[in-house]
Amino acid sequence: MNAPMPNLMLDVARLRMDFPILSQMVHGKPLVYLDNAATTQKPRAVIDCMANYYAEYNANIHRGVHILSQQATDAYEGAREKVRRFINAARREEVIFVRGTTEAINLVASSYGQRLWPGNEILITEMEHHSNIVPWQLLCERSGAVLRVTPISDAGELCLDEFERQLGPATRLVAVTHLSNALGSINPLRRLIELAHGVGAVVLVDGAQAVAHLPVDVQALDCDFYAFSGHKLYGPTGIGVLYGKAALLDAMPPWQGGGDMIREVSFAKTTYNDLPFKFEAGTPHIAGGIGLGAAIDYVSKLGQPAIAAHEHDLLSYASEQARAIPGLRLIGTAREKASILSFTVAGIHPHDVGTILDDAGVAVRAGHHCTMPVMTHFGVPATVRASFSFYNTIEEVDVLIHGIRRAQEVFG
Amino acid sequence: MSELRDLYQELIVDHYRRPHNYGPLVGANRHAEGFNPLCGDRLTLSLNVVDGMIKELRFEGVGCAISTASASLMTDALKGKTEAQAEAMFQHFQALVTGTDKAEAPVSLGKLEVLAGVREFPVRVKCATLAWHTLLAALHSVKQPVSTE
Ligand SMILES: Cc1ncc(COP(=O)(O)O)c(C=O)c1O
Repeated sequence: MNAPMPNLMLDVARLRMDFPILSQMVHGKPLVYLDNAATTQKPRAVIDCMANYYAEYNANIHRGVHILSQQATDAYEGAREKVRRFINAARREEVIFVRGTTEAINLVASSYGQRLWPGNEILITEMEHHSNIVPWQLLCERSGAVLRVTPISDAGELCLDEFERQLGPATRLVAVTHLSNALGSINPLRRLIELAHGVGAVVLVDGAQAVAHLPVDVQALDCDFYAFSGHKLYGPTGIGVLYGKAALLDAMPPWQGGGDMIREVSFAKTTYNDLPFKFEAGTPHIAGGIGLGAAIDYVSKLGQPAIAAHEHDLLSYASEQARAIPGLRLIGTAREKASILSFTVAGIHPHDVGTILDDAGVAVRAGHHCTMPVMTHFGVPATVRASFSFYNTIEEVDVLIHGIRRAQEVFG
Repeated sequence: MSELRDLYQELIVDHYRRPHNYGPLVGANRHAEGFNPLCGDRLTLSLNVVDGMIKELRFEGVGCAISTASASLMTDALKGKTEAQAEAMFQHFQALVTGTDKAEAPVSLGKLEVLAGVREFPVRVKCATLAWHTLLAALHSVKQPVSTE
């Protein structure tokens, strides 16, 4: 097939100029950055806005009487409002700033987890990232609860029947990814959440991969918790979000103790602050929060439908080209899929494919992608993963495909 | 490109395709497991050491071209060597693949020198040395699997 027409809705060539890193040469070749699932690149607007905070109004927040502190507080709380709008949370207090997805999940496991008892069950899926597995294993050890795992099919789709069978009155919590980082599979969240609520379980959604590629409306999903990282959404590292329904968060005990999370402290008794501050002990990553707000402004301007359309074109073109390579096996062929092309090449270890692609200027990930159970399911030690963003082009996919063929020549 | 060719020389690709000394070793008296968590490479090394001399050694596992070829070449090179000689070769090999051997008088490592190209690919040094770290663990009989991290 010929390359599809470039999507008319996004002017990708112009957008690429917003990302200083993308014009770089590596090993003497133009950088082809296809490791967006690991972390996305940052537009100038994000970089500038963080530098601007440090250069012009750096101050601590929530406690200063001076003008700079007021400006910093306004910017940080303004970012919280941007996040609220972006995921359509009902209230701003439902947006808790954390370090990232991992910390968000650990917060829920530690705090909400205190309600779990022996005999309770936590249900996760076989396609989860280690950060949505290990906190629940730790919680099970602490609480005596039992971890159950819904299997995936050989296409990398969640076995819905099995999920439904595994749900029961003992299920207290369901933790599931929105978009799999190893397979690209999109889970039918509405249905999963409805089923889980049917047995009285709360649902945490790992949105680490989804936020950059799919529309997220926490009210329409009716999820109880939604976790994501700023750095996979064109924002900085070290900042992320835990969304939680206010009624749940209100009833949960604090997680970490310290400044900002208290109302009044004495040695006899300490009372806790209101949401969201109850869960935000200590000085936060102020520049990170502000940078995340700028990233949300940036992607909101492009619009989710245009982003999704372009990325869909890239993924279908890449999948088609990849399928034509003899010996290439796609890992993850779900019908509902986005942004991720995971594969192995017969007779060549993914690590070697990665090195040969790197030499061609193509940045991919080769490894288990923090999803060792997925690797076990497919009987591979690792895969090569190319992951796309709206700033990638059809020409870049061609460089990737050419690089894979080159690897086959080297190993010829 | 030529650096890439230096890395994936024919001899390396050959040893990856058809590794020498691959499989279980009957009558082994030393074992160790090596693991590279970065890429999931795993190998088990079994040796038969008698009076300080490596009589026989074999390996098993899954790995990339570099780690498999390195294990294959290493097992070829160490047969009949004493433990002390093996440890000395480990030092020289490490210097070879990290490119820190330039100043000293070069010690000949024979066929192992085909792995010198790794020095241009710092992230792959761990692949090349996995078998050797596992060897050291086996000689010192470390019970825990060794990890490159
Ligand atoms: C699906 C998924 N969940 C969780 C995480 C963890 O995110 P972070 O490392 O930003 O906390 C990742 C990142 O790789 C991911 O892809």
